[in-house]
Amino acid sequence: MRYSVLSILKNALAGDVAWAPVWRDPEPQPAYDAIVIGGGGHGLATAYYLARNHRVASVAVLERGLIGQGNVGRNTTIVRANYLLRGNSEFYSHSLKLWEGLERELNYNVMMSQRGVLNLCHSDAQRDAFARRGNQIRFQGDDAVLLDREGVRRIAPFLNFDDLRFPIHGGLLQVRAGTARHDAVAWGYARAADARGVDLLQNCEVTGIRVENGRVCGVETTRGAIAAEKVAIVAAGRSGQVAALAGLRLPIESHVLQAFVTEGLKPVLPGVVTFGMGHFYISQSDKGGLVFGGDLDSYNSYAARGNLPAVEHVMEAGMALMPMIGRARVLRSWGSIVDMTPDGSPIIDRTPVEGLFLNAGWCYGGFKATPASGWCLAHLMATGRPHPVAARLRLDRFASGRVLDEEGAGAQHNLH
Amino acid sequence: MRIACPLCGERDLREFTYRGAAVLLDRPAEPDPVAFDAYLHLRDNPAGPNAELWHHAFGCRAWLRVVRDTRTHAILEVGLARDARGRLAPGVGEAVVPAEGEGTA
Amino acid sequence: MTRLASGGLVDRSRRLAVTFDGAPLVAHPGDTLASALVANGVRLVGRSFKYHRPRGIVAAGVEEPNALVTLGAGARRTPNLRATEVEVHDGLVAVSQNRWPSLRRDAMAVNDLLSPFLSAGFYYKTFMWPPAFWERLYEPMIRAAAGLGALSGERDPDASEKAFAFADLLVIGAGPAGLMAALVAGRAGARVILADEDFRLGGRLNAERMEVDGRPGAAWAGEVVTELAGLPNVRLMPRTSVIGAYDGGTWGAVERVSRHLAEPPADAPLDAFWRIAARRAILATGAIERPIAFPDNDRPGVMMGGAVRAYLNRWAAAPGRRAVVFTNNDDGWRTAEALVAVGIEVAALVDARPGATPPAGPWLAAAGAVVTGTRGRRGLRAVRLRDAAGERWVEADLLAVSGGWNPSVHLACHLGARPVWDEGVAAFGPPADGVPGLLAAGAAAGAFSTRAALAGGAAAAAEALAALGLAAGTVDIPEAEDGPVAVTAFWHVADAGGRAWVDLQNDVTVKDVALAAREGFRAAEHMKRYTTHGMATDQGKLGGLLGTAVLAGLTGRSVAETGITTFRPPWTPVPIAALGAGGQGQGFAPERLSPAHTAIIARGAPQTEAGLWRRPLCFPRPGEATVRAACDREVRMVRSTVGVCDVSTLGKIDVQGPDAAAFLDRVYANTISTLAPGRVRYGLMLREDGFAMDDGTVARLGPAHFLVTTTTAAAGEVLAHLDFAYQCLWPELDVAFASVTDHWAQVAVAGPLAREVVNAVIDAPVGSDGFPFMACGPVSAAGVAGRLFRISFSGEHAYELAVPARHGAALFDRLVTEAEARGGGAYGLEALNVLRIEKGHPTHAELQGRTTADDLGLGRLVAAGKDCIGRGAAARPGLSDPQREQLVGLKAIEAGGRLVAGAHVVLPGGHTTPPNDLGYLTSACFSPTLGREIALGFVRNGRARTGETVRVVCLLRGHDTPAEIVAPAFVDPEGERLRG
Repeated sequence: MRYSVLSILKNALAGDVAWAPVWRDPEPQPAYDAIVIGGGGHGLATAYYLARNHRVASVAVLERGLIGQGNVGRNTTIVRANYLLRGNSEFYSHSLKLWEGLERELNYNVMMSQRGVLNLCHSDAQRDAFARRGNQIRFQGDDAVLLDREGVRRIAPFLNFDDLRFPIHGGLLQVRAGTARHDAVAWGYARAADARGVDLLQNCEVTGIRVENGRVCGVETTRGAIAAEKVAIVAAGRSGQVAALAGLRLPIESHVLQAFVTEGLKPVLPGVVTFGMGHFYISQSDKGGLVFGGDLDSYNSYAARGNLPAVEHVMEAGMALMPMIGRARVLRSWGSIVDMTPDGSPIIDRTPVEGLFLNAGWCYGGFKATPASGWCLAHLMATGRPHPVAARLRLDRFASGRVLDEEGAGAQHNLH
Repeated sequence: MRIACPLCGERDLREFTYRGAAVLLDRPAEPDPVAFDAYLHLRDNPAGPNAELWHHAFGCRAWLRVVRDTRTHAILEVGLARDARGRLAPGVGEAVVPAEGEGTA
Repeated sequence: MTRLASGGLVDRSRRLAVTFDGAPLVAHPGDTLASALVANGVRLVGRSFKYHRPRGIVAAGVEEPNALVTLGAGARRTPNLRATEVEVHDGLVAVSQNRWPSLRRDAMAVNDLLSPFLSAGFYYKTFMWPPAFWERLYEPMIRAAAGLGALSGERDPDASEKAFAFADLLVIGAGPAGLMAALVAGRAGARVILADEDFRLGGRLNAERMEVDGRPGAAWAGEVVTELAGLPNVRLMPRTSVIGAYDGGTWGAVERVSRHLAEPPADAPLDAFWRIAARRAILATGAIERPIAFPDNDRPGVMMGGAVRAYLNRWAAAPGRRAVVFTNNDDGWRTAEALVAVGIEVAALVDARPGATPPAGPWLAAAGAVVTGTRGRRGLRAVRLRDAAGERWVEADLLAVSGGWNPSVHLACHLGARPVWDEGVAAFGPPADGVPGLLAAGAAAGAFSTRAALAGGAAAAAEALAALGLAAGTVDIPEAEDGPVAVTAFWHVADAGGRAWVDLQNDVTVKDVALAAREGFRAAEHMKRYTTHGMATDQGKLGGLLGTAVLAGLTGRSVAETGITTFRPPWTPVPIAALGAGGQGQGFAPERLSPAHTAIIARGAPQTEAGLWRRPLCFPRPGEATVRAACDREVRMVRSTVGVCDVSTLGKIDVQGPDAAAFLDRVYANTISTLAPGRVRYGLMLREDGFAMDDGTVARLGPAHFLVTTTTAAAGEVLAHLDFAYQCLWPELDVAFASVTDHWAQVAVAGPLAREVVNAVIDAPVGSDGFPFMACGPVSAAGVAGRLFRISFSGEHAYELAVPARHGAALFDRLVTEAEARGGGAYGLEALNVLRIEKGHPTHAELQGRTTADDLGLGRLVAAGKDCIGRGAAARPGLSDPQREQLVGLKAIEAGGRLVAGAHVVLPGGHTTPPNDLGYLTSACFSPTLGREIALGFVRNGRARTGETVRVVCLLRGHDTPAEIVAPAFVDPEGERLRG
């Protein structure tokens, strides 16, 4: 059923009884051509592109809970392509282009809004680092503008130019970057994948991965055994647990990242702003809530919740940067389980087990990668070759030393 | 969260910084890149009791080995990291006492 | 609706001036804005979010979904406050929200007519065409219509504060259960904190007519509060919401300190955010009444039964003149009795339970009957009933609805435990071990009678005391009503036309829930996100369970099976200013000042941030209008005469012990143990992953005594690193170290006349033989014991003189005076940077965390014969790849050519695309010594490209500059000026 304003009018006048389930609830088949473990944004996108780009006939997404209940439903919805290092910049550039056509592609309003992302800098050294990154972005063919202090003030006069402890020196602006509605992305990909015959199997937890002679041949689940020669692990913070079922140990630590939303307010913040003296970022959703967050709590966790020191750091940064938000009230806080890698960059690669693929390590930056992550993993699974824009996102790069360390923080998972 | 530092008593989380898994205590004896790959990167990352290292950075600066359940954040054990190492490390090069006058640069 | 002639816990002797939308209200101390509105007959208080339907007050507490107001003006404008939580004071000015031009006539009410097209999730199915219209038209419209209140846009003028508190027992909620618990524990000598979000402690005792120990419940509560206030080990915290449970017995709480004061003291914070650490806690948070969904159940005049009683009893405010009561439980009958007791007519008592036996009274009692509709858009006028006899309309201006009570279990679930369905009370109760050390008592535990709450509170306190090792003492449970709970789950009047609301604020109806279920969003979390049910500012407190129960019914499942959405902090919305108190202005981070700060400031140097430090950019002289002009002059000054620069901010770590040398050999890439006492050596530290971490100097002051310096920015990181290396890796070494950064002031003197200047200040002059380049040793200056290091960052003949920090300003002054007398002077960070770029010395701009020793041209420093931190991982192929970008110098070929840090390097004729990108610049400046711009940077295979011409391109600033690649040492590459 195609979505459009006409479909709304027609259905409304008929009492809204004709809307069909957004995706089917099928019984698992005994075998599929490809299995994607993980029904979040990346897993759903992978399944969609397997069907759409590569016409893989039978694909299943196995989700231990409900579609879209993991990080895709818990992030702060930022979309950008402003990375420093080659290996990352081409990937996110590709992703941004996919974002720009996503509503049409999926016939689902993901509310992609290119309202701009502004990274603030607070010292000459930071400005220099931003300049290097901005030039990388421009070389990549994406947009970046280096603003001085007055330039920032013109587009973001609501920032603190009076007594910010670390005064604003300027900023790096990407106009094509912005936000999207996270649930809509998950549901949009789910609906589109389902429409192409992908089976979305919810409440289907993988309890075993069957490997014979170094090849994967299927999985055990809470809904029975399923055979497949291509299996992808796309389980974000739980990647390590799933990979362990195949005897693999991953370079991943699972950490909690907290995020916050305020009560709905009339528009006050037009774009996304990030604070340069600490990981703080803020935007305003279409519902009016200010959506913001900061750094990891920094300790391993599967609890999907964090503690007060991290909360306070985020709130203090907000008060420092935009004292006008003091009277806004935090409505809800939550946490997600993010898969941190030793260099802060992701992995889309085969594993030592033939036919078993790994898409993980997105740290806290997975949302913007959703389309390209699915696109590239599907490409790898279907063709056996990495997609050019994901060629450096290798699992063995830690062993080889060809790491992609955007922060320059080194081999410590919680520093990225 | 509160951590019971053996030297200072129970203190709030905000006095501590987290390093990572306690495997970091077992530094490979030889400068072998393969051993260091596992040491630096590979992690069990359990959903359950996790042996890990915390630094009482804003207190007494003791390094602590803590066992904490990553599902509930319940702290199961706390001890000084220096007491947790199972063996004395062999000397990695001897200290050189310089001769009179300038040493080699 | 009026104020009743007598009764209520308000001080009728004082009148407060309060306005709502410009109209004056008569209010008294003890009123909330909501009770004042009720007492003044104001029924229309707001407009719903989506359909802008007229709305009235529904509840009396934090669960209120409709009566949202904005208080204050200008920078103090505070939106989205619940009128039920606003404690009135004299001069309170409140306005309604989400309506234009007025509450009575709201233009957006047209949305209500469009409601068939605005059902749940409609925006996902449209707004996609034409594509450009999303951002230009549709989204701005949606954003303008979203949100209920507006921020002022000005900075918050009121400060909030944060504090810590500690207790043996935290009692959350001061109703009958909480008061008893605090009393038992307080009398036993435990340190108790009793927190309640209300300004008057007592909970439901203040809202009902129940007696405790033979006197009115409110009076009993008052006596207990008086006793508790007199106990030195008990801390009462009214106006304090415990908003979150965290790990380790930590709780977050927000105290409204001065919001209720007409004229707060100047130094009082608006709010205080408390971090409470408690060994044990008791959840005595009571319960919140839930509604029943029926057509048009959202009109002003439809209220919760318990709220009606609260307005009558606590505030002597009558919400109507003629009421209908609709209930599914025995507690609902109390509302009819309470209304009649103050002379308000009750036309009908409608009980949905077929077998119910409502009490007889001056009302029409109907069992097995339901309400199927209402009339009266801006205020209820009539209610439609359906019973065995059929349907009929009853005139009424008040409809009191009682759907049962939901224990407020939220805090017990903040750590991830799920609430437990309790069939007996048709509600979710608290999980047994949701929060370690937390016990539930009273209505929060599903024990709804007054006696059960009192007994439960006492029992919980006794259990907590036992765990704390304290004895409870004898406890008398006061006499009080002990009625059983009799409720039959009844959520929704089906088979009746019209829209029935489940989430009032977000305008979510049963139809929306049905639509969600039809589209496959059958799980509670999916339904919530799809319909936005429970996502309004009331966080689903009123209608949360109702919505999921309706979903359960529609999908043929039990409520327990369908579950409920996750409870998370905060319990009620918390101002960012409270959680972020202290973050504004200079409070955000400490400010570190050099010991020489006063002397530097006295010379008029403009300051800049270097991490947490403040450092001087330059020392401008008359006629120097720009930093650049001063900087150029300072560079020439240092190279031609002498300059003085404060370098106290660099990290300094004192390392001592028999194994100090061995320890330093392990943490540095180069060899330290061969350093002789009285000598200094450059040191490069690697991270364990093989990349360069920090550099500095190591001075050997004695056989077992070293002084390590670090860069300013990395001092803390290096110290933590040394702590780790010693305690975690090599605790068997006999070494100790401490940070002495703040103990020593250190000043650099550089230039051809440096020795003269130093000798003018120190007591015993040094010569070139006794103090060669890279020597160090004790000296005294004006009798003050200090240290002298002959090291150079500038490339000139240079020293650094260190004295105890308290002498830093005096030393700086002396040295600058001596320098100026010889044609030199002070220099700052800008010149320091230019000088070191001219010499090719890397800083963190070059180290940047991604470069190896070899990249930096320091590969030969990594000693071959010993292990050190980083050695193993540095041998990975990726770190020794010859195609890596290597440190080079770049020199603009033309005198005016611009080289800027962050520019990238391409070959002449190459496109500016990634395959042609050879590298980037990390540091750049105008070199007064060379008369053109120079830079340091990293270029692929850079060391082999010396002499090549490249293009330095900054697309951001529009530069494209031809430059020559040179060795990264522009001035005196042989180092002749250093020695001698």
